[in-house]
Amino acid sequence: MGFGMLLFSLSMMWSIYNDGLNIGWVDGRGPGSGVWPFWLSLGMALTSVWTLVRWFRGTTPESRNEAPYIDPESIGLVLTSFISLTVMIFLVGVVGTYISVALFIGFYMHFVGKHSRKVTISMMIGSVIFIYFLFEWQLAKYLPKGWPVFEDGFLWIDNYRWLYLM
Amino acid sequence: MSDILTLLGAGLLQSFEPLNLFMIITGCLAGLFIGAMPGLGSVNGVAILLPVTFLVPPTAAIIFLAALYYGAMYGGAISSITLGIPGASTAVATVFDGRPMAQKGKADQALMAAAIASFIGGTVSIILFTLFAPPLAVLALKFGSQEEFALMILAFATFIGLGGDDIPKTIFSILLGLVMAAVGFDIISGKPRLIFFDMVELQRGIGFLVLAIGIYGIGEMLWTLESTKGKVKIEAVKTTWARFKHNLTYVKGYLPTTTLGSILGFFVGTLPAAGATPASLMSYGLAKTFSNDPDSFGKGNVSGVAAPEAANNAASTGSMLPMITLGIPGSPTTAILLGGMIIWGLRPGPLLFAERPDFVWGLIGSMYVANFVTVILNLALIPIFVRVLAMPFTILTPIIFVLCFVGVFSTTDRMFDVWLMLVLGLGGYLLRKLNYPVAPAVLAIVLGPLAERSMRQSLIGSRGDITTFINPVEHPIALGCIIIAIVLIAYPIYLSFRRKNAN
Repeated sequence: MGFGMLLFSLSMMWSIYNDGLNIGWVDGRGPGSGVWPFWLSLGMALTSVWTLVRWFRGTTPESRNEAPYIDPESIGLVLTSFISLTVMIFLVGVVGTYISVALFIGFYMHFVGKHSRKVTISMMIGSVIFIYFLFEWQLAKYLPKGWPVFEDGFLWIDNYRWLYLM
Repeated sequence: MSDILTLLGAGLLQSFEPLNLFMIITGCLAGLFIGAMPGLGSVNGVAILLPVTFLVPPTAAIIFLAALYYGAMYGGAISSITLGIPGASTAVATVFDGRPMAQKGKADQALMAAAIASFIGGTVSIILFTLFAPPLAVLALKFGSQEEFALMILAFATFIGLGGDDIPKTIFSILLGLVMAAVGFDIISGKPRLIFFDMVELQRGIGFLVLAIGIYGIGEMLWTLESTKGKVKIEAVKTTWARFKHNLTYVKGYLPTTTLGSILGFFVGTLPAAGATPASLMSYGLAKTFSNDPDSFGKGNVSGVAAPEAANNAASTGSMLPMITLGIPGSPTTAILLGGMIIWGLRPGPLLFAERPDFVWGLIGSMYVANFVTVILNLALIPIFVRVLAMPFTILTPIIFVLCFVGVFSTTDRMFDVWLMLVLGLGGYLLRKLNYPVAPAVLAIVLGPLAERSMRQSLIGSRGDITTFINPVEHPIALGCIIIAIVLIAYPIYLSFRRKNAN
């Protein structure tokens, strides 16, 4: 990973250099716009080299650690959590916030948490109502509703709110 | 002095306004709950709930977040004692004696000691805050861009000095935060910088809130899932009125260590980077050293619960002192509060006292009220919190993830930022796994734009003369800060080399 950090730092420096930003002094105008990020990225690269040297010499606890990088018992849980969250965010653009949130909570509680159907469904509905009430109603924030077909569906709810509840 | 009392009176009156009082109670409750959840601390709570505060005026918003900060400090002890898992790193020292007490069936006594010690810690530190804040703000008014930059160097140096053994990783983390803060349009020349893969959305820069929620909402949650495997085991708590009265008789025994811990906690808290975790550990060590029975520490001594709890609460107030007066956060949580203040349109620093006394004194007044509210809520709701703590992580995790997503989108209105939050969250998790400290990066991304601007302003003003920062005649304060910063960086490096040579 130390190599990764080093490459990342060098890519930052390359990006600044490549964009033609001035990394030195501009006469009459002070330090160039690339000074700050360029020299700090160089610092990042140097500290990565420092970490690599320490790793090579076995100075850090990590370099002596023989244990697997991620506990095999929990890797499944971490991966499932991250991937399901990614899918949820992707689905926001398709089916909208509310359906994707409900599906995510339902999936997580049913398949990962093995909770009863009653608890899962009440959490799915409860969280959607809570988000709608707090963000759309009280904070007047428009959350994404997905493709037009789903957006139109929500217009019914919004219209009802505006006509009868406001 | 009478001026301070008048302003404090006005601040107290302001905190009793219905909206502000509501914010205090909600903040304390949310903080207690978030602090009590294993793996989640004040910093996660403040980061996740920051977007909600954009609905109310800045004073009510900071009151809410400060109350949440406070509540979380109290709440951290609940999981340390009943679960044996610290709610946050600030409550690590509480586990040492709190857990053995719970195993002996004295969980209620430990929880009460934690609540009362937190109250004393909070009260002592607020009094010290009230006394120290105005003179420090007056001194800070004399600061120019050189002093501002030197002060920030000092803040980063403190992180390196206190960051433990892994100095290169701490420095990397700070530099990474500073470089991330430079993404987007340059503040002086207007040129775009570090626009990765030509993504035009990055021209606006990486939002501080996106980073904070990504790291503390997503990254830390993944980390907690990995370390707890999603399971918690709880210790039973018996609470009756008779036991409550009986437990009160022990208060006198831990009062001296609590008071000492409170004063120590406040001053350690004011140092940037030091914060509540080292304060609580130092206070625990001090209580053990001065105890008549040091061997009983670690086996269930009530002073071992009270001392760190007093210190971590005092430190949380202490860390707000440099944030309000100098614009330099003293802890990751105050770094996020500072970011929030900038988003609300306030400029933290000495001028805040002159320009927005209602804001500053409203906050100080609310701290007094929040302290009372939290101790009452804490003592009354302990049985309920203990039951709620048994809630499985498989319910809490999706709720937090959903809050992170909705929080980021509702603040920025851009799906790009939601994806960025996800990437930064994954990055934060990986950094955490590699033992890179993430707090310095968060501090750096908040201070980055200010540090760059003050450095460039100073250099433009001095026509490129870099010695302007160490000019003893024109900028003695800047010189002093830089000398302390060099010592703070050099000393641990020197120590580690000496240790290596000795080996």
